[in-house]
Amino acid sequence: MTAPPLLRVEHLTIRFGGLTAIDDASFEARRGEITALIGPNGAGKTTLFNCITGFYKPDIGRIVLMQGEPNTADIDRLTRSVRRHGIFASGCICLLERMSDAEIARRARVARTFQNIRLFSGMTALENLIVARHNPLMAASGYTILGLLGIGAYRSAEKEAIETAKYWLAQIGLTERADDAAGSLSYGAQRQLEIARAMMTEPVLLCLDEPAAGLNSAESSKLNELLRDIRKTHGTSILLIEHDMSVVMSISNHVIVLDYGRKIADGTPSAIRCNENVIAAYLGVEDDELRLAETKVGA
Amino acid sequence: MRTEGFLSKVKSAGLAALIMAALSFPIVAYHADMDLTRGLFLESRWPLVAILVGGTFILRLLSEFVFAWMRGRPAAATRKTKQGISPRAFHLIGFAGIGALIAFPLAAVFMLGPAGSLKWIDNYGIQILIYVMLGWGLNIVVGLAGLLDLGYVAFYAVGAYAYALLATDLGWSFWLCLPICGAIAALFGLALGFPVLRLRGDYLAIVTLAFGEITRIVAVNWTALTNGDAGISLLPKITFFGIPFSKGAEGFASHFRLPFFPIERTIFLYYLILALALLTNFLTLRLRRLPLGRVWEALREDEIACRSLGIDTVAAKLSAFAIGALIAGIAGAFFAVRQGFVSPSSFGFIESATILSIVVLGGAGSQAGNVLAAILIIGGSEFLRELDVLQEFFGYTFDPTQYRMLLVGLAMVAMMNWRPRGLVATRRPSIFLKKAKPVAVELIAEGRG
Repeated sequence: MTAPPLLRVEHLTIRFGGLTAIDDASFEARRGEITALIGPNGAGKTTLFNCITGFYKPDIGRIVLMQGEPNTADIDRLTRSVRRHGIFASGCICLLERMSDAEIARRARVARTFQNIRLFSGMTALENLIVARHNPLMAASGYTILGLLGIGAYRSAEKEAIETAKYWLAQIGLTERADDAAGSLSYGAQRQLEIARAMMTEPVLLCLDEPAAGLNSAESSKLNELLRDIRKTHGTSILLIEHDMSVVMSISNHVIVLDYGRKIADGTPSAIRCNENVIAAYLGVEDDELRLAETKVGA
Repeated sequence: MRTEGFLSKVKSAGLAALIMAALSFPIVAYHADMDLTRGLFLESRWPLVAILVGGTFILRLLSEFVFAWMRGRPAAATRKTKQGISPRAFHLIGFAGIGALIAFPLAAVFMLGPAGSLKWIDNYGIQILIYVMLGWGLNIVVGLAGLLDLGYVAFYAVGAYAYALLATDLGWSFWLCLPICGAIAALFGLALGFPVLRLRGDYLAIVTLAFGEITRIVAVNWTALTNGDAGISLLPKITFFGIPFSKGAEGFASHFRLPFFPIERTIFLYYLILALALLTNFLTLRLRRLPLGRVWEALREDEIACRSLGIDTVAAKLSAFAIGALIAGIAGAFFAVRQGFVSPSSFGFIESATILSIVVLGGAGSQAGNVLAAILIIGGSEFLRELDVLQEFFGYTFDPTQYRMLLVGLAMVAMMNWRPRGLVATRRPSIFLKKAKPVAVELIAEGRG
């Protein structure tokens, strides 16, 4: 019994001038699972991420984020309309390729981290987490006006946000460093803080771009634990790009392999491990062997 | 070792002298003048060139020794700045400062008499406080949100003209006009904000610069509304909430059974701008602890990260422009009622540059630094007026006030040497769990718009 899909990417294609960065990629990420996206350098993994999170607009394709179990007819009906999202009896649908980056984070509840960490380095760890709660806090402060006058629910909303921030700081072991500038933290701590900040938005899907890059083995295993906990305790599905195969193989339920913008394999970690296309893409093969492999994939 | 250091210092001084020689040859060496028959003749001024080059050499050599001496003892200096001032001491200094500002005009009158204190209250007190308020307003845009705005004076002009027109054409009172002028300026802030949303860094700076100039040029050319270069004069004077500061029985003095002095109006203006400036400060400090203020700072740190968190960066940018403009508009209305006259010449680019240099010199984002910088730059250029004695040396045509930008230049050079990120460069966190630790300047982004 497999979980229902949360994210469905269909025939995604994006070109930059003459370069086709992603070529007709289709895959699903299921609810409550950790889906890993792997591939050699330049395979288009981060580009795919940027399409899902709205930082790039794909040329062709549909990216559907589903809550509940909406049926295909409803998805197609929404696609034919000009709307970006819709609530149906069967579930809630967001068409991510039509939404802006901020809207994807706000409405579709997809959070992300970046390959080169993007923290607010001049603000403290606590402030970084509180800023992530901007939208609910802004509403609680009466769009600043009530907050300026000191009336309304802002104080209690802020208190609640601080409590959540404390929880996440404890989860990543940074409670003692809460009042230190994010930029002064160690590399590993910054990576974890960025994940905690993304989790402060209470996402349904967390997209992590190389979360283990630059971490030592102790930090890396701490990260695995954190991701497992996020998935188990918070029910957040995770989509991650990773080069560290030990991370990929130990925590992911499902692996998708990209090479030169095309999907070359899709399956469980153990199936991927012995897939010859994947081995060929990673280790490199003779040209005729590659052609043989490509005809097998149907490219 | 020692002689080597000395040689390099001489070398550096020689280089400076060479640059001075190259610069002064086309600018100073020959001077075209008219003789009695109105014909041009060329006068050579080589001795002056020699003095300039020699002077540059000696000054540079001296400064090299001073810098070497200062570099020789860096440990103590850095330890001091790293430590910072404790938040408690900070508050104490703040309250002491406010107390001093409240007592200042009364002390001045008491010590110098009503006539002698006018200059101190008006030229120093009010003038500096206007710039403190403008600095604090621009600080929201540049210091917090990290949007480089070179046309801030436009909103100051809009506020001043709005008051001038509302007060003369419609006869509205100052107290009614004050919030309206702020609101009109805020609308102009939004009008500037929309087209520049997508611009960053240098491009943002250029467009805001143009916006400032356009506002001034419109004020010059739309004579039907603004009376052009001649400006709008005879604006109604400030009243004590409806009671005029006049000599008669209806006046402020007789109303409160005080002896009449013309300076009473000036003192009232001083307290008014002090209250407006403090209100601006209160607003900024309060906003910093609200989601809006935090998002401005986050925007300065990393806009893409903001968007990935679902933050509406458009609203954040527009609100920064609008609130910055609101403050400038209110300051502009105050400026108009104080002068009793507005004209485009008060709102040139140099005003924008002065306000921006206050923010930059003070340390972008720092409220206290802004005050110090305003005192230094505005108070300093007022102080130059006092230096009439210099005319004894340089001749009667020498006007020390013409050199006020030199002061700004000197301040900037000194700043680049010792405090490249402004006088008060550390950032105080807006929220903390245990202890508010100041954030070191190296970690704070400057913002790219």
